[in-house]
Amino acid sequence: MAERERMLTPPRGGVFVARAQVMSPDDVTRVITRIGHEIVERNHGVGEVVLVGLQTGGVPIARRLARVLGEISGTEVPVGSLDVAFYRDDIGLRPVLPEAVTDIPWDLSGRTVVLVDDVLFTGRTVRAALNALADYGRARRIQLAVMVDRGHREVPIRPDFVGKNLPTRRDEMVDVDEEKGVMLGDVVVP
Amino acid sequence: MSATHLISVSDLGKEGIDDVMRLADSFVEVSEREIPRVPALRGRTVATVFFEDSTRTRLSFEAAAKRLSADTMTFAAGSSSLNKGESIRDTVETIEALGADAMIIRHKSAGVPLQVTRWVGSRVVNAGDGWHEHPTQALLDLYTVRQALLRRGDGESFAGLRVGIVGDVKHSRVARSGVLGFTAMGASVTLVAPPTLLPPSVEGWGVEVSHRLDDVLAGLDVVYLLRLQAERMTEALLPSLREYTANWGLTRARAAALSPAALVMHPGPMNRGVEIAAEIADLPCSVITRQVANGVAVRMAVLFMLLGQGRNDSGRPESGQEAPVDA
Repeated sequence: MAERERMLTPPRGGVFVARAQVMSPDDVTRVITRIGHEIVERNHGVGEVVLVGLQTGGVPIARRLARVLGEISGTEVPVGSLDVAFYRDDIGLRPVLPEAVTDIPWDLSGRTVVLVDDVLFTGRTVRAALNALADYGRARRIQLAVMVDRGHREVPIRPDFVGKNLPTRRDEMVDVDEEKGVMLGDVVVP
Repeated sequence: MSATHLISVSDLGKEGIDDVMRLADSFVEVSEREIPRVPALRGRTVATVFFEDSTRTRLSFEAAAKRLSADTMTFAAGSSSLNKGESIRDTVETIEALGADAMIIRHKSAGVPLQVTRWVGSRVVNAGDGWHEHPTQALLDLYTVRQALLRRGDGESFAGLRVGIVGDVKHSRVARSGVLGFTAMGASVTLVAPPTLLPPSVEGWGVEVSHRLDDVLAGLDVVYLLRLQAERMTEALLPSLREYTANWGLTRARAAALSPAALVMHPGPMNRGVEIAAEIADLPCSVITRQVANGVAVRMAVLFMLLGQGRNDSGRPESGQEAPVDA
């Protein structure tokens, strides 16, 4: 789940105020193309590759990545989406509600799953996603692609494909937007 | 959503009902998986406390709790210490002491679930109290109608939808919750029943009343048949079952007057041949088995809403001003 949803919905209920553009939309496009090539290289093609975007920030990136993979390889790569709300470890500590219905209409057994998210932060969302994916079959391997890795991990999770490593303060926020690119800023609680 | 208990559909309002519907969408997806289980309520305990008989509601709640990985406890009045004279209060306090985070309560008297909320700290869900309400039934009915509307491409709005609730309204908690639910969502509701099976007053219900099914049947989008509750009838309210069927039952002949897109619903258990002709329940317009299947997803949504939103006893979410813990 994108950092954005978590920070901007109650009980935080903040407003994101951007301070600086870290990547332009063109930079984002180039990164998606590059990660696409890396995925093909790492997996020697895309034969068994399935992309799964994490709701909600990872989903549009996964779709764009699928188009790139299609162009590179000439084969269509399936794209699903995953909402990890029911797998989170903070259920009962805060309101946790799914943003959208999970859509993984295939058995993942034997496939190579590339999880896609916009921002990698504590790693807890990815931890939850790994548990969730296990309920859709035993994937041959699971890889992680993120647009921005901003550090501050709380669990031992490491991405396989990174758009940009971005050192941040813990209380900052990173927002990935289709039109504005990647913005670094703060959450202001009114 | 910050509900603490679910006693009446009116606890939710339209916004709360919409939340349940959206959440149920996710749980329908979960229920369709090969492994229909998520760890969301691991470590929580849900007790079904039924002082009155039930098949589908109890099983449905237990299935919902298990699919959320909650532990379940079952209390059945027939084999309990109630028979030794233990009071309801002592009973529910005992169940709370055994660790129930939520109690699903059914009782033949209206108001028992509400009273229990004053005795215990557990979340309480009303699974039917006397003639009063059965809110999760109304929610799964609304969900089933919404699902049919969406599949048909009509959007999820209930505005303009004409719902007929037919039969034994007087004794029906399903009817009361249904009226509250459908009217909250913007549908218009007509109660169709003989005068003896209507409550003394429906003032303030926001519904129309008809005594003749044939007058309204063709104009209905949803025909909701209620079970004739012979066990609650203590006086002669009907001349005979056959006469009831002839006037208010959905017979095969009468079903021909239904509009082609109309949905036929029934909360179960059905008296086939009384309020509904035996074969109608199996026609394509009937969504009765879908109601049962949706019941599990909707009850998962209700349990998740009550137990998954913060452990503090006020039922309000914590303020969450701590450092962000996620991305």
